[in-house]
Amino acid sequence: MSINFRLNGREVEVDVPPGRRLLNLLREDLGLTGTKEGCGEGECGACTVLVDGRPRLACLTAAIQVEGKEVLTVEGLSAGGKLHPMQEALIKAAGVQCGFCTPGFVMAAYALLSENPHPTRQEVREFLSGNLCRCTGYEGIVEAVLLAAKYLRGDPSRVTPDGKTP
Amino acid sequence: MALEGKVVGRNVRKVDGLALACGRPKFTLDLDLPGALVGKILRSPYAHARILRIDTSRAEAVPGVACILHHGNVDRVPYTTAGQGWPEPSPYDNFLFDRKVRFVGDRVAAVAAETEEAAREALRLIEVDYEVLPAVLSPEEALAAGAPAIHDEDDAEGIYDAQHNIAAAVDIPVGDIERGFAESDVIVEASCEIPYSQHVALEPHCVIAYFDEDGRLVLRTSTQVPFHVRRIVARVVGLPMEKIRVVKPRIGGGFGSKQEVILEPVAAALALRAGRPVVMALDRAEVFTATRTRHPMRVRVKLGAKKDGTLHAIEMEALSNTGAYGAHSLTVLSNTGSKTLPLYNKAPHLWFHGKAVYTNLPVAGAYRGYGATQGYFALEVAMDMLAERLGMDPIELRLVNHIRAGETSPIFEKIGEGREGKPQTVKSCALEECLRVGAEKIGWREKRARRRREGSWAYGVGMSVSMQGSGITGIDMAAATIMMNENGSFRLLVGATDIGTGSDTVLAQIAAEVLGVPVERISVYSSDTDFTPFDTGAYASSTTYVSGMAVLRAARKVREAILEVAAGMLAEPPEDLELAEERVTSKKTGKSVTLSEVGHRATYVVDQRHIIASASFVPEESPPPFAAFFCEVAVDTETGVVRVERFVAAADCGVAIHPKLAAGQLEGAIVQGIGHALSEELLFSEKGRCTNANLFDYRIPSALDVPALEVVLVDSEEPSGPLGAKSIAEVGINGPLPAISNAIYHAVGVRLTRAPFTPARVLAALRG
Repeated sequence: MSINFRLNGREVEVDVPPGRRLLNLLREDLGLTGTKEGCGEGECGACTVLVDGRPRLACLTAAIQVEGKEVLTVEGLSAGGKLHPMQEALIKAAGVQCGFCTPGFVMAAYALLSENPHPTRQEVREFLSGNLCRCTGYEGIVEAVLLAAKYLRGDPSRVTPDGKTP
Repeated sequence: MALEGKVVGRNVRKVDGLALACGRPKFTLDLDLPGALVGKILRSPYAHARILRIDTSRAEAVPGVACILHHGNVDRVPYTTAGQGWPEPSPYDNFLFDRKVRFVGDRVAAVAAETEEAAREALRLIEVDYEVLPAVLSPEEALAAGAPAIHDEDDAEGIYDAQHNIAAAVDIPVGDIERGFAESDVIVEASCEIPYSQHVALEPHCVIAYFDEDGRLVLRTSTQVPFHVRRIVARVVGLPMEKIRVVKPRIGGGFGSKQEVILEPVAAALALRAGRPVVMALDRAEVFTATRTRHPMRVRVKLGAKKDGTLHAIEMEALSNTGAYGAHSLTVLSNTGSKTLPLYNKAPHLWFHGKAVYTNLPVAGAYRGYGATQGYFALEVAMDMLAERLGMDPIELRLVNHIRAGETSPIFEKIGEGREGKPQTVKSCALEECLRVGAEKIGWREKRARRRREGSWAYGVGMSVSMQGSGITGIDMAAATIMMNENGSFRLLVGATDIGTGSDTVLAQIAAEVLGVPVERISVYSSDTDFTPFDTGAYASSTTYVSGMAVLRAARKVREAILEVAAGMLAEPPEDLELAEERVTSKKTGKSVTLSEVGHRATYVVDQRHIIASASFVPEESPPPFAAFFCEVAVDTETGVVRVERFVAAADCGVAIHPKLAAGQLEGAIVQGIGHALSEELLFSEKGRCTNANLFDYRIPSALDVPALEVVLVDSEEPSGPLGAKSIAEVGINGPLPAISNAIYHAVGVRLTRAPFTPARVLAALRG
């Protein structure tokens, strides 16, 4: 069947069979491989994307569920050629080791900072507890989110729904 | 800081950080290969069975199925999946497909089909008749008289005693152990056990096999050991090595699980049979049950000491469960002794002995720590017991006994990589300082003296120490090539395998330091068997030290060549010139030329040549990094729940080339170790089927489970290492199990010796 939705700020129309997962639609049909599959059962968070601003697991979401909705993936954050502050902060705080979990963390942190620009360390840990990382021990990632919050507070114009500077 | 580098010792931007943070397509499966088939594996439902009949006719009739492989239609070649140096120390007890299956999840057949659905349908329709055999589900059963032999095939090679299920055995006596204990004033003994645990790299094992324009087989694969993949696949599928290219893209974590050549031979065989590209990706359940795990192990340590705390005799006995195949069985077992016993080198009488036995359970293999983790659990719990018996502070007991710079241990020479080792004198050791810093940060003295209690919660502090190595002496080999572009930038080609550790960055820093340029002027290309020089791979804490030395040597050669060209330009002898900040400057006249000018002259103008050099390095020693671990735990005496409240680690890794990446290695290893201590264990049914092969039931720590964690890199300089560096990747995982067990003892007075320390186990211990 044919579905229409906004993907990283652009209208798309694609044909998908009813059972297709959003993850396969993004990675295989639309070539957006930033979203990763770590477990396929909703436990690791590597496939986190935003649907209408809320974090969703693309491995547990049917493609047809995003009909008429706004989907944001990691590719959409730096689409204008400019890094999102969360991405800058991850690099700065050495929150990236292998990087496989990174896109999921970036999207989850983006959602957190959109609703709570002043998170405490504990709030960061709680919000990100659905995203697993086996390399860093989380220290670098939590630091990066706090740093990104600081960047964003310093420049509120950077907080826009699609992550781009207006 | 021992070395004030312009580049080294600084937190430069990780060379792949930008692309990874943006989710750019860099991992194995991010490549779209039109026309690729999907490969899937049929797995055994039985722990131990003989295949009596296999009929693929219905499966082959499924539309879209290209080929099906099983023991009846492939060559029978014994090999090992363990990606190690050659000659390989692990037994050749694997076959691409065998007439027998030895664990639930063992390979029976493989299918390549146009779609995943067709492949799955074909798997469902393959008919297999099994003769189910009695299964061996513990090391004790494996060694029992009359136990069924798991490897009864007659063409396996290198098994220690197949008839009795013993994959490997070691027996290393030093001095006279009986005399040692007889002469000791105090003797303690601890027996500690680690269960099945899994690496849980976030990226599951995956590979794409395809053919290049010349018909050569290309394997784009998630591996730690590209050159071993090439050698092993060539053996298994019968291709000359030069017909195979292995490419390692970015890797989503390994921790040892990708030091195994598991999927590549299957994908290669399917692609060759079908004449088409094949993509294979394991699901998470397959990663848990059918890749590799840590070797479950019971280690018994007996310590004899003099009244002043000096160790006089140490016996360590290990019983290792290697599962259905013997990957790394001998070397992990050897490492249990070789990476632990030298730490306490004061004892003249030692005995290290043990066995690695086959069972009909998942296959164990390399996992960060590599036997040392198992050994330190028992050794450091025993040291805690000894300190108590002697009435000594546990830190003091370590200070009395630990090895110092300038000292040696007979173990270095006695135990090597599946054979004898080499004598070695430790040249750098800052463990004393690690102990001091760590104790201060955790508040050891106050917290040790006064146990806190709040309601049902009891608080305690515990500690442990550990060492590891830096590469494998006399066996590991790394090579690097550096070429200069005419504009004064460089290309660094290394076989070294960055699996997420940041080694591409660290190696670029070493080159940049020597070549007087910022890291941004160096493009790193790593791990492609066609285009980079050889490297044994990312394991044994080797990359910074071994590959780093190869890079250092190559960079020095290139530097010499640059100075030679510049000498011609400046009309001064090379020894009067120095290279820094992208210029060659005369120390005498102050005249200078830029690297770009040097590059253009050499490339286009006078005495033309490509400024390029290669170098190799084989370590003559394996300098140990050291670490001290301290933790504070809270134990709920009503529920048995253990919370790690704080964890402090201080480590000596020599000069930290990139301090944040080094700290990240330590943090990540400690959190994995905390997972081992508190929650991680694969569970099995009475028929040997894993019952928790998913991330909900097998809990690895999330951000919420991690305690306040503080790591400190203590200043030190390793004279034999690249710009003073030694390793950091593994040493951190050895500390949490014993430190947490010792802290629980301090809190509530019971010893937890079986990991993980679940509420049920803690309660059972509390109720005696």
